[in-house]
Amino acid sequence: MADHTLEIRDLHVAVEGKEILKGVNLTIHTGETHALMGPNGSGKSTLSYTLMGHPKYEVTQGEILLDGESLLGLSPDERARKGLFLAMQYPVAVPGVTLYNFLRSAVSAVRGYTEAARKAGNNRLNAHLIPARAFRQEVNEELAKLKMDKAFLRRYLNEGFSGGEKKRAEILQMALLKPKFAVLDETDSGLDIDALRIVAEGVNRLQAELNLGLLVITHYQRILNYIVPDFVHIFYEGRIVQSGGASLVEKLEAEGYAWLEAEVA
Amino acid sequence: MAHDDLHKLKDQAQYDFTTEVDYAHTVRRGLGEDIVRELSAVKGEPPWMLAFRLKALETFLRMPMPTWGVDLSSLRFDEFYYYMKPVEQEARSWDDVPDSIKETFERLGIPEAERKFLAGVEAQLDSESVYSSLKEEWEKYGVIFVDMDTAVREYPDLVREHIGKVVPIADNKFAALNSAFWSGGSFVYVPPHVHVEIPLQAYFRINAQSLGQFERTIIIVDEGSDVHYIEGCTAPQYSTAALHTGVIEIFVKRGAHARYTTIQNWSTNVYNLVTQRAVVEEEGRMEWVDGNLGSGVTMKYPAVVLKGRKAHGEVLSIAFAGQDQYFDAGAKAIHLAPETSSVITSKSISKANGRSAFRGLVRINRGAQGAQAKVVCDALLLNPQARSDTYPYINVAEDEAQVEHEATVSRINEEQLFYLMSRGLSEADASALIVNGFLEPFVKELPMEYAVELNRLVQLQMEGSVG
Repeated sequence: MADHTLEIRDLHVAVEGKEILKGVNLTIHTGETHALMGPNGSGKSTLSYTLMGHPKYEVTQGEILLDGESLLGLSPDERARKGLFLAMQYPVAVPGVTLYNFLRSAVSAVRGYTEAARKAGNNRLNAHLIPARAFRQEVNEELAKLKMDKAFLRRYLNEGFSGGEKKRAEILQMALLKPKFAVLDETDSGLDIDALRIVAEGVNRLQAELNLGLLVITHYQRILNYIVPDFVHIFYEGRIVQSGGASLVEKLEAEGYAWLEAEVA
Repeated sequence: MAHDDLHKLKDQAQYDFTTEVDYAHTVRRGLGEDIVRELSAVKGEPPWMLAFRLKALETFLRMPMPTWGVDLSSLRFDEFYYYMKPVEQEARSWDDVPDSIKETFERLGIPEAERKFLAGVEAQLDSESVYSSLKEEWEKYGVIFVDMDTAVREYPDLVREHIGKVVPIADNKFAALNSAFWSGGSFVYVPPHVHVEIPLQAYFRINAQSLGQFERTIIIVDEGSDVHYIEGCTAPQYSTAALHTGVIEIFVKRGAHARYTTIQNWSTNVYNLVTQRAVVEEEGRMEWVDGNLGSGVTMKYPAVVLKGRKAHGEVLSIAFAGQDQYFDAGAKAIHLAPETSSVITSKSISKANGRSAFRGLVRINRGAQGAQAKVVCDALLLNPQARSDTYPYINVAEDEAQVEHEATVSRINEEQLFYLMSRGLSEADASALIVNGFLEPFVKELPMEYAVELNRLVQLQMEGSVG
C-alpha cells in the first residue's frame, strides 16, 4: 500500500476575525495513529473543520499539505475526493434524504462515477451512480461488521439517530469512502461502553485494511484504551504544546489538564 | 408495470402507428361564437353540449379578469388558437423545438419516441396496444376510462349529468373559457365497490389533445370504490400554445376513495390556469397530489368540498419556481358537514428570481361540528433574489372546529451543505440532495418512475443554480 503524508505547517486560523489556531505543526503518515488531546475550547475542533475546509474557518497563515500539495484552495468535496475524511462530533441531520441514497451518492462521487459520467456525457438516469447491486452488497457487509440493522439504510440521514447510531453511521461512511487520512473529532462523546467498543473495533479494522493515517481528537483518554495511539499531542490555546508516546495519556489521566497552565505560562 | 416494460410497449406501439389523414380543420385565431359552433360541429356534438359551450362563452366574455394572484395583464385572448386539430399540430417539426428542451430530454434519458411526443411534435404517440389490454381489464369491472370526446358520444347521459356540477361555468373566468372551448381530457367512471388496482394513467391514452390547452376531465367514483388517476409527467413538455386552462371535476361518492396525481412541467412560455375540485360525500376520501415544475405563470388551487359527514380531503403539493417563473398555487378545503377533516401540505422552492406563493383557503361552515383542518406550508429559498409568500385564508363559522396552520421559510442550511460536501458531493449535488430531501414527503407519494425522474430533474435544476 502506498504511503502518504499529511502535513500541517505553522497553521494559523481565525473565525470571524478572532485567531483560534496559533501555529499548529503536525505531520501524519499513513498507518500512524495520532491522538490530539486538550481541554474544551483549546481549538481542537477548529483544527478538524479547517482540515476539511469549512468556509467559516479562515486560514491566515501556514499550510496544509497532502503529499506535498496544498489543500488550502480546495473545497470540502475536493478534499474528500483526495482522501480526507472527518468523522464529526455533531453530524447534522438531513431530513428526507435516506442514509442509503446519501451513501450511494457520496461513494459515487468519491470513487469517480459521478465525474466519469459527466465527462463522458452519459446522461442515463443513474449513470452518475455506482451500480446498485454491487453497492448494496458492499453496504450490507459493512453494516453487518458494525452490527447495524439494514433497516437503518431507509432512515433519513442522522434524523432521530441516537448518539451511538450517529457515530456508527460516521464510521460506516468512513468504511465506504476509504480515505487515506481520517480525523475522528470527539468520536467517543455520547457513546456508552458497548457502542464505543464497536466503533473502536471498526476504526482499528479499517486502519489495518486501508493503512489509514488517523488523527483522534479527544478530551478524555477513554477512547485511547481501544484505539491505541503511536503519538500523543497535547493541545492548548491553539497549538500543540507537548508531544510524546502513549505514556503521555497516563500523565493526563493522573494529573488532568491543570498543570498545562503553569507549564505553558 | 415496470417503466422499462412500458417503454418497450410504447416502442412497439410506434411501429403500429398509423397516421390519420384528412382530419384537419382550420379554425381561426381568437375567440368567438363562430369558433365554438365550428368546434362543436367538427366533434359532432349533441345540441346540449353546444348550448353548454355557448353559455360558457357568454359567461367568459362577461366576467372580469381576476385582479389578484399573478399578473395576467399581458394575456391577450385574441392571440391564441382555441382549437387545434391534430394534423396542424403534426405540422410542427422537431427543428422548431428549442435546444434547451432537447438538451433536457437528452439529460433525462427520455427515449426518442417519447421526446417527440413530449415536445408536441408527434400528435399521437398512440400506445393503443398498452391501452387496449388494460382497457379489457377495466371493462370487466365496468370501469369507463375514455377521452372526453368519446364520452360525450358514448355516455352522453353520464357526461350531461356531471359536467359543470363541481366546477360551474361561472366559477371563474378561466373555468368559463374551458367550458366554452374544452377539448381532450379524460372521463372516468368507477362503478360501486370496485377497486381499480392499477393507476389510470392518461399516459396510456395519449394523444395530443389530452395534453391540450383546454382539457376537461371528469372522474366519478361510485360508492365504496377506489381509484388512482395520474395525469401529466415530470419531463418537460414543450408547447407552442401558450394558454392552458384545464378543468378537473371529481365526484367521490359515499365511502369511496380517489387520488389524482398530476405533475406539470410545461415550458416557460405557458400560462397554466387550472381549476381542480372534488366533492366528497359521507366517509369518502379525496387526495390531490399536485406537482408544479413548469410554466411561466401558474394559478392552481386543488380544492376539496367535504359535503358528507366524516368526509376527508388532502392536498399535497409542490412548486419549484425557477428563473422567470411565478406560481400562485395552493389549496382549498371547504367543510360543509360534521366531523369532516382536511390536511393541506404545501412545499415550495424558489430559485433565481423565481417566485412562489402559497394561497390556501380553509372554510368551515356553521354546522360542521367537530371539523378538523390542518395547513402546513414550507418554503425553501435557494438564493437571495428568490421570493416566497404565504396567503392563508381561514374562515371558521362553527365553534366546535379545529384549525391548525404552520408555515416555515428556510434557506439551504450551511452546515448540511458542509456535511454533504465533506463526503465528496459537489455543491450542486449536495444542494440537490437537500432539495430532494425537502420534497421527499411529496415524492414518496408518487409512483416509482415519477419519483426517480423528479429527483433527477431537481438535480439538473440545481446544476444550473450553484457555483
